[in-house]
Amino acid sequence: MVVNCETVWLEVSNYIDGEVESELRVAIEEHIRGCQGCAAVVAGTRNVIEIYGDERMLEVPFGFSQRLHRRLDADMPKSRRSFLGWMVAAAAAVLVAGSFEITRLTSHRADVPSQVAQHGTGVPPEMKVVAAETGKLFHVPGCTYIVATDKLRPMTAREAYKEGYSPCVHCLKKYLASADGVHPIDG
Amino acid sequence: MPGRVISLERPAEQLNEEMLIQRVRDGEHDLFYELIHPYERRIYAAAFAILRNEADAEDVAQEALLKAFKHIGQFRSESRFSTWLIQITINEARMRIRRSHANIMEPIDGRQGDGQDGEGSYTPRDFADWREIPSETLERNEVRQKLAEALAGLGQIYREVFVLRDMQHLSIEETAKTLGISAASVKTRLLRARLMLRDLLAPGLGGAWGSRLSFEKGTKPW
Repeated sequence: MVVNCETVWLEVSNYIDGEVESELRVAIEEHIRGCQGCAAVVAGTRNVIEIYGDERMLEVPFGFSQRLHRRLDADMPKSRRSFLGWMVAAAAAVLVAGSFEITRLTSHRADVPSQVAQHGTGVPPEMKVVAAETGKLFHVPGCTYIVATDKLRPMTAREAYKEGYSPCVHCLKKYLASADGVHPIDG
Repeated sequence: MPGRVISLERPAEQLNEEMLIQRVRDGEHDLFYELIHPYERRIYAAAFAILRNEADAEDVAQEALLKAFKHIGQFRSESRFSTWLIQITINEARMRIRRSHANIMEPIDGRQGDGQDGEGSYTPRDFADWREIPSETLERNEVRQKLAEALAGLGQIYREVFVLRDMQHLSIEETAKTLGISAASVKTRLLRARLMLRDLLAPGLGGAWGSRLSFEKGTKPW
């Protein structure tokens, strides 16, 4: 099979996507070897696909995520637990109350709370985290929700906040949940 | 093709996603944030591809996700959740355009007359050699700006297909379903979109933009 330039232009997209029959593929490749113009068209088209397919082309305006969440917060009804969830929560509350009462009746020691029982205060300022140049979030190293993998920079959580990054709600969830939404690092 | 497919959903994540969807349906609404987090950028990009305006795109992205939340009970697992979100976003963006009577369909070069559905053939106009992508190309804001301008200059029917297929990495079938057109139309429009973008970008990215980058919107520097 021999193809001309027009056929290459017509099939270049399918050719790059691997959606042409093997006979046509071979013919196109043969043509490209001897036609500088078509070789440039194929290479350039491939570059277009590659360059626009880069995740950095999917940038969002700064603060997009925060504004989105505010909007959803305003319009979404609050969470409600399933019946089973309520039952489990109620049972847990009864157990906790019961254990407190038993402790009170059997012990006369002062009620000194353990340090580990304290509520969290947000992401520890000196915690080692990473953030991408083009990203908006900082993560625990190895977080599977890191989308932008370009130039991941190690830093502390304090530095990340100062540079305008926000914590990933997945890998840092436990700190955020206990921080009650308040910016945990102040200066 | 190197670097062509970036799947955001691995099997384990799909399972997790299905579980999250069910829990949101059961009333744990706060989990909706976790559910949509991986797709926020893609939703915005889909809206921006159609509207070409940051403020409108952000507004539509918010509306689309609210609508997705309200109708999450209607989501059927035969399609990917991300595809479903993008489909809602595309519909919202199209409705926004219809409402504003700003149906901008003009292509970059006035060629739309040779087939409104993109069925006509397309002849490359520029054979500038663009063999290499400089690795730092996308690091430069001015290049990203030019890429965005070139994309915005495509007619809407080409832009939609290109964005879904080559930027959102949807399959031909998913793209066709999302846009309500045939797979053949997707392929034809995709071919034209890719070639038109190559015609616009090859001379500049082939070398001319390496030294000077001053040109006003709507004019070409080469």
